[in-house]
Amino acid sequence: MKKIDRKQMAARVAQDIPEGAYVNLGIGLPTLVADCLPKGREIILHSENGVLGIGPRPAQGEEDEDLINAGKEPVTLLAGGSYFHHADSFGMIRGQHLDFCVLGAFQVSAAGDLANWHTGAADAIPAVGGAMDLAVGAKQVLVMMEHLTKDGKSKIVERCSYPLTGARCVNRVYTDLAVIDIKADGLHLVEILADISFDELQRLNGVALKYKAAA
Amino acid sequence: MVNKFFATPEAALADVPDGATVMIGGFGNAGMPAKLIDCLIAQGATDLTVVNNNAGNADTGLAALIGAGRVRKILCSFPRQADSWHFDKLYRSGKLELELVPQGTLAERIRAAGAGIGGFFTPTAFGTRLAEGKETRRINGRDYVFELPIHADYALIKADRADRWGNLSYRKTARNFGPIMAAAAKCTVVQVRETVELGELDPELVVTPGIFVKRVVKLH
Repeated sequence: MKKIDRKQMAARVAQDIPEGAYVNLGIGLPTLVADCLPKGREIILHSENGVLGIGPRPAQGEEDEDLINAGKEPVTLLAGGSYFHHADSFGMIRGQHLDFCVLGAFQVSAAGDLANWHTGAADAIPAVGGAMDLAVGAKQVLVMMEHLTKDGKSKIVERCSYPLTGARCVNRVYTDLAVIDIKADGLHLVEILADISFDELQRLNGVALKYKAAA
Repeated sequence: MVNKFFATPEAALADVPDGATVMIGGFGNAGMPAKLIDCLIAQGATDLTVVNNNAGNADTGLAALIGAGRVRKILCSFPRQADSWHFDKLYRSGKLELELVPQGTLAERIRAAGAGIGGFFTPTAFGTRLAEGKETRRINGRDYVFELPIHADYALIKADRADRWGNLSYRKTARNFGPIMAAAAKCTVVQVRETVELGELDPELVVTPGIFVKRVVKLH
């Protein structure tokens, strides 16, 4: 089985972000989506720390320590961009003004529950950041993650075993195997991305997938 | 004559008592009032409750304040970082209390304090362990968690320019928590890059009006 790589995953997510969308990209894997957005599509990127209209990474030596994203990486600002304080920034999130957020995850349940902030380990130091706000706030919550854990278990599960970030909040999951929509009646396969049959994907996924082949 | 300029950070922080609640601005290094924090460490106040998005990085700023054993409790959204060793050590040994707050809830609790709001219902964290034990309510079919404001005795923030009335402008994403912390604290102390004459800041572009600011120190 040939899985798609991280760059291909990012490109597949980017393909679904339309012209004019306001989008927050989570830290880690989702950050790669920024580099894959189709040229010519005007998409406005938001970051929790108080910026809209994020541009490309600055050239080496051009970094400004006062201009960073939520991952604390240096960024640039596009013409038309703006700065605002943290309460306004999360008002944009919680107030459902963002069209999409793209988040990483440990687990997503068949009901759309998201677990991405805590492994549940007793000795772990908890840290949540803006994940819970994004999970309840964006109009569409997209998750981008590897389909399987290192030991081959599906990260799409009946019920999350890790502590939840948000309940019933995920709309669509992009993995290195497939694109899957989460709807009220369960999981709907949108597209297989890896070199894999439906039956094999179903076996690996565990939770039942509905699939209507394109007419 | 109203003059909020202080000659030195030592003078601006001299009266911070033991047991104070201190908000510290900044997100990462952007907007972190590093010199005010250094001065607070030297000043010696201890048993502090600190409000910040993080719990310090490496050995400077907030991490140094924590490492010096001056912090009893911290309210933040993201303490764990690759270089948060001072926090990690004290937290694991039970010497530092943590109240973990989702980032947007942290911001709104600070905003609420400055705006005179007694509490609010937010959808964030509903159904998660961070909402355990909290009052909830369903409003128009959506579930919410009740959250209280966070007030502070002092706010230490960094801005770009200030005049002697305490009007502030910021620089880029260094604004982050500055405006809301300034309003939420009884005594807001600001580290600025530049001080200017009254009238030099375009009133249309003043981000924090001076009413929220008590003391301004020019520091490079």
